[in-house]
Amino acid sequence: MAAAARPGPGVEELVLLEKLLGLPKGSKYGVQGERKVPVLQTNNGPGLTGIMTIAGYLVKQAKKEQLLGSTAEEKAIVQQWLEYRVTQVDGSSSKEDTRIILKDLNIHLEDKVYLAGNIFTLADILMYYGLHHVMVDLTVQEKEKYLNVSRWFNHIQHYPGQNTEGCSSCGRICGPFLPH
Amino acid sequence: MPSPRCPQDGAGGSGDRCSREIRVRACSRRALRAAMRLRLPVRGPAALKVLAAAAAAAAPVELQWGSPARERAPPGPGAAPTLELESGALLFSPNAICQFFFLRRGDASTDLGTQWLEWEATELQPAATTALYGRLVLGRTMAEAVGVLREPLTHMEQSLARTGTAFLTGEAPSVADVVVWGTLFPVLQEESSVPAELPALRTWFRTMTLSDPCRAAADTVLVPTALSELTSHLRQQPGPRGAGAGAGAGSGSPAPSPASPPEDEGSERVLTEAEIAAATDAWARGAAALPKPWRPQTPVLPVEGMRNILITSALPYVNNVPHLGNIIGCVLSADTFARYCRLRNWNTLYVCGTDEYGTATETRAVQEGLTPREVCDKYHRIHGDIYAWFGISFDYFGRTTTPKQTIIAQDIFRRLLARGFLLQDTVEQLRCQLCCRFLADRFVEGTCPMCGYGEARGDQCDKCGKLINAVELKSPQCKLCKGVPTVNPTEHLFLDLPKLQQPLEQWLELSWASGHWTPNARHITRSWLREGLRPRCITRDLQWGTPVPLDGFRDKVFYVWFDAPIGYLSITANYTDQWERWWKNPEQVELYNFMAKDNVPFHSVIFPCSLLGADDNYTLVNHLIATEYLNYEDGKFSKSRGVGVFGDMAMDTGIPADVWRFYLLYLRPEGQDSSFCWSDLMLKNNAELLNNLGNFINRAGMFVCKFFGGTVPSMVLAPEDKRLLARVTLELHQYHQLLERVRIRDALRCILSISRHGNQYIQVNEPWKRIKGGEEDRQRAGTVTGVAVNMASLLAVMLQPYMPSISSAIQGQLRIPPDCFVLTHTFTCTLPHGHRVGTVSPLFQKLEPERIEALRKRFGGGQVSFQDLD
Repeated sequence: MAAAARPGPGVEELVLLEKLLGLPKGSKYGVQGERKVPVLQTNNGPGLTGIMTIAGYLVKQAKKEQLLGSTAEEKAIVQQWLEYRVTQVDGSSSKEDTRIILKDLNIHLEDKVYLAGNIFTLADILMYYGLHHVMVDLTVQEKEKYLNVSRWFNHIQHYPGQNTEGCSSCGRICGPFLPH
Repeated sequence: MPSPRCPQDGAGGSGDRCSREIRVRACSRRALRAAMRLRLPVRGPAALKVLAAAAAAAAPVELQWGSPARERAPPGPGAAPTLELESGALLFSPNAICQFFFLRRGDASTDLGTQWLEWEATELQPAATTALYGRLVLGRTMAEAVGVLREPLTHMEQSLARTGTAFLTGEAPSVADVVVWGTLFPVLQEESSVPAELPALRTWFRTMTLSDPCRAAADTVLVPTALSELTSHLRQQPGPRGAGAGAGAGSGSPAPSPASPPEDEGSERVLTEAEIAAATDAWARGAAALPKPWRPQTPVLPVEGMRNILITSALPYVNNVPHLGNIIGCVLSADTFARYCRLRNWNTLYVCGTDEYGTATETRAVQEGLTPREVCDKYHRIHGDIYAWFGISFDYFGRTTTPKQTIIAQDIFRRLLARGFLLQDTVEQLRCQLCCRFLADRFVEGTCPMCGYGEARGDQCDKCGKLINAVELKSPQCKLCKGVPTVNPTEHLFLDLPKLQQPLEQWLELSWASGHWTPNARHITRSWLREGLRPRCITRDLQWGTPVPLDGFRDKVFYVWFDAPIGYLSITANYTDQWERWWKNPEQVELYNFMAKDNVPFHSVIFPCSLLGADDNYTLVNHLIATEYLNYEDGKFSKSRGVGVFGDMAMDTGIPADVWRFYLLYLRPEGQDSSFCWSDLMLKNNAELLNNLGNFINRAGMFVCKFFGGTVPSMVLAPEDKRLLARVTLELHQYHQLLERVRIRDALRCILSISRHGNQYIQVNEPWKRIKGGEEDRQRAGTVTGVAVNMASLLAVMLQPYMPSISSAIQGQLRIPPDCFVLTHTFTCTLPHGHRVGTVSPLFQKLEPERIEALRKRFGGGQVSFQDLD
């Protein structure tokens, strides 16, 4: 099932997440299907499939459950934005799709610090990864237009734990979340 | 002059004809607060699974069919169900709603459960949508529909067969089963549709379909009429995308909207029905729906999880009285924005202070026969009094000549030294032999080497804006004695800007990407960088300054432009010992710098370089807001020529501070220079304040007093009133959109536009006539008066950043509860039926031409001479 093909962007993202969570290296990943859905080999059973699923599993491995929300409400909200990420953001295929996503997020973030309100969660991390390529390519006017998204993006980028050295490959000062 | 955005067309624009009533459910709302509100726009798969999950997990929900109110609309087209949680948060993903029902009952989520949910959202839903579309819209056969679903159905069969369990995640049904069933059932409908070669799946499907929650949900959702409703809904959606694409139409998570309204439209556009319904809904919620105003403790410190906003306005130089241009350029603009931030419940600190070191102070001390300290004390007080009169709401107004300034400036200096960012060099500096001193840059004048302007100062040319090294000036002159200075060598320290250019550019890229910088700030900074940075001297041969803590330089002080921005930090340090929580906390703090454009390079290049070089996790500017220049009548304000209105004189004109504030903000040189003009001040006061804003607010309050004995009457909203609510809401949104981008001047137009709508509304409905009519007419008079006085209440809050005294006067007259002084995106009824207002009186006075003419003559220039002082 899991082809040993080249890892897709999903796998790279999960490796970054592992690093961010302080987990030891060495997890085995594969990809599956046309969309290159990541598969994590676990010690027992058929492994776990899908970014949302694996990311949630890694968070629990790292004993950082708070990133999934504490109350039923928070947990559901986190799940909702993770789902939004894997369906809407990953499924977007045109400029128009991207525009709608940015517009939706801009409205949502109008009165919130993070996607789930006042708490930083896995949803912020995965959304950051998913939108990174979009955000860096925005024009100045677009950044201004989606001010709340820009603010949120900047905020996540500077979330504690950032390294302030320029990144060796892109030269930017960037957070630990930055995928390449 | 910008043309008014709002011509005559009122609330009854041509497209408003279709005002189909959308349920008024205000009364039922609070009673059912205990239940969660579940709204189901379309009788489709998403509704099915959500209802089944609610039933399975015994969640108490208050069901509502139909489109969501606009201001609570979820991302996407509004076809997704929404669940309003007790906290007020909104869930719009059907799967998350289902999961929430189970979580709330105590069922923990499992990795396997999450995996099924993710699979359902990314793999099953797109296929199921295609299949359903094929069946209902394109009239395909069941076999073709099942063919589309072959792969996911096989995946389920394999999984069920492998684990040997009855349900997807174990022996009991979980949220995953409900969610997957809800997506499959509308397509398959019957057990027999599941291919015989998938026996485990068949059994599972039968078990689910026969379970009570699923059967009940199917009976509720898929009633006979639902099929045609669903079909027509699907038909309106863009056809599902090819296999593998994201979620498709109507199948659950928000699909792309086919008709997003265009953004940034003017306020005159046609209102949609949804907007009208949303505004009506928001209105009915009343003051209880407003968040409580955030009242930070003193000192204000950053709060985890809140937006923490740190605002500075450029430090005014102490040795002079600020003129109107200085006031609008920094302190008043920053004040307006700070007040707005506080009303938004953002945790806000606004600091400023006088910039006191430097030669100018020394010279002024000589002229006035005082010590520099005495001069600073005197003028610091003058500045403080002027800003207090203008109602500037500093959290702290400090000064740069404090021990904290010495500590912090020397610390930054030592850190720069230790990190190798300082250079030493011999400087050729102008020395006036007559005055026996090295001449500070500002004390040399001459011809600009770049543009040839004859009155360039030693540090900068006012004409071309370029920075100048004093020795490069052509035909230099000592400003004090008009003697010709000579060039003498002296040792100085330099900030190694070339070495910091790369980190600066990296940081700027980030700040520009995420922050709001006015175009002039970006432009000026970019032109600086393009020319390449050069080492910049940070020491001076003076006494009145922060001493340089290094052997060989102990008789020198820091150059004021190295020193002055550090004043922001030291002023905060004088406000609170915990100043580092603001200034060494870029993770939590957003920094806004306000200034006139001549200050840009110091805030965007030099100061950030100092802080980047000192490398101590400083908070760097996120938003740099620079104004253009305000001219006086047709020329420049000139301190030296005594032309223009200065802060202390504004107090003597008899024109209230709030009128000054209004006019200056109305004129704010946003994007281009603007001109203060006496006759225009009179015009704006009489037309906008008196006839428009003041007139509306006064009439609204007066009707309540005169016709209803001072008690807000009962209101029965007609379609016309609802359209007005939506129109006001639209203006309110625009106001927020503009102020969030610090377009202070433009946002003021929204306020005036609302009162213009209000005046028109009163004029058309004539409550003063209807009050004398029959029962129906009297009710109408009551409704119009009630809506109008509530608009006045909203205006009082929106006006607070601009005209704080007028705002509090309106608050007093209408007795608006203090807890209503908070800004949201909704216009709600804050003065309900039965509310008692106070005594209502006019807010503004007419300015007569004779008086204005006299003032123009008085301040025209020449008469009031500051020349003797300069």
